[in-house]
Amino acid sequence: MANVPAELKYTKSHEWVKEEDGLYVVGLTDFAQDALGDIVFINMPEEGDDVASGESFADVESVKAVSDVFSPVSGTVAEVNEGLIDEPALINQEPYEQWLIKVKDVSDTEELMDAAAYEEFCANEEA
Amino acid sequence: MELKTPLYDVHVAAGGKIVPFAGYLLPVQYKSGVIAEHMAVREKCGLFDVSHMGEVMFTGPTALASLNHMLTNDFTNMTVGRVRYSVMCHENGGCVDDLIVYKFGEEKYLVVVNAANRHKDVAHMKEHVLDGTTIEDISDSIAQLALQGPKAPEIMAKLLPEESIPKKYYTAIEEVYIKDLKCMISRTGYTGELGYEIYTAAENGAKLWEILMEAGGEYGLIPCGLGARDTLRLEAAMPLYGHEMDDVITPLEAGLDFGVKLNKPEFIGRDAMLAAGTPQKARVGLEVTGRGIIREHQPVFIDDVEVGITTSGTHCPYLGKAIAMAYVPADKADLGTLAEVEVRGRRIEAKIVELPFYKRS
Repeated sequence: MANVPAELKYTKSHEWVKEEDGLYVVGLTDFAQDALGDIVFINMPEEGDDVASGESFADVESVKAVSDVFSPVSGTVAEVNEGLIDEPALINQEPYEQWLIKVKDVSDTEELMDAAAYEEFCANEEA
Repeated sequence: MELKTPLYDVHVAAGGKIVPFAGYLLPVQYKSGVIAEHMAVREKCGLFDVSHMGEVMFTGPTALASLNHMLTNDFTNMTVGRVRYSVMCHENGGCVDDLIVYKFGEEKYLVVVNAANRHKDVAHMKEHVLDGTTIEDISDSIAQLALQGPKAPEIMAKLLPEESIPKKYYTAIEEVYIKDLKCMISRTGYTGELGYEIYTAAENGAKLWEILMEAGGEYGLIPCGLGARDTLRLEAAMPLYGHEMDDVITPLEAGLDFGVKLNKPEFIGRDAMLAAGTPQKARVGLEVTGRGIIREHQPVFIDDVEVGITTSGTHCPYLGKAIAMAYVPADKADLGTLAEVEVRGRRIEAKIVELPFYKRS
């Protein structure tokens, strides 16, 4: 069973998000990293890029597959976790420590699930 | 509906992530993941369930003549206990499949084909077989395991006396007993690594798996899935049907000249290949020099002109870099040529490098 921290919010496309000092921090969930397998490459946006709610802002490649990462919010990229570009496997090791981007000037937010709802959503995906 | 191999329950119990492949439910990876499984085969040993592969027996006084008629390689001087790689072609020179042939007697051969092509292959064989040869598809009664990696000989030595272990690459022993299980064992594989493929009756498959895993434990043997099987064969630049070859690509274009004996008096596809002359396209290796990973079916550009298409590509764990295979015009296939591959709307820099990417030292 995938780890689902209670304090975060979640999307149906398996990103997690939290609000921190006025920024929205976005990462991939444990369920997502487990489904992808060993992550070997990540293509990231740059600071200052605009992201749109429900649209792809990055892609991650595991040995076998490529997968889009969707933004839960609309806004501007304030910060990128540059460390992941050199060591994308960190997402597999600690998915909730390794955020991908922080977003500022958020104008719109996708409908998000709380931990209980996301856990149920994952259980249905597995079935 | 997908079929289960005789080892399905073993895979589930071992934490295998099950996916449909070539009509079978097979593990793409186990708990350790594709990278760890890939590295185990390069450095220690890995065990694969390849029971989905197709096995077809050729028997009878014209078995040899049938094989020489249907397949591109020459089996005339083959001795009992040898194994030989070949392609089976259409009249147009395109590939029906690639396969390996075991010789067990003057009138007895075993042909092992790709799972995805099994029914197509058997239909093709039945259409072209000569009188005096019996063809029997025995795939469903056979379990096949592949023990691959530098520690494989030591693991086998725990289970079999020396004379029951094939010594040379592409040789086989038809009847050996691992514990009390009757097996056929060959020194073959699809990983570019030293190893064995072991065939036994379907009902013995799970037991054989258990015996091998137990014997290999002290050598770091782990179960490996389809994911590692693909990255290993790609690193070793072994072609995969449906990727590097298909019904219209000829084995000469695929660079498989060693398995095509044009000096044989006759075989299906020979006339078309002779008429076509020197292949106009070539299978090449690409190494990514920019950032990103190339996958199959992505356009290849040289000097900003689209000249070809990739057939397979991935990040290779052992080499630690992204590689791919592609078809480009033969006159643009020089080693060192710079190319770009379009990946999801973005061009990634690559260069043509020698095949195979990885060769066992």
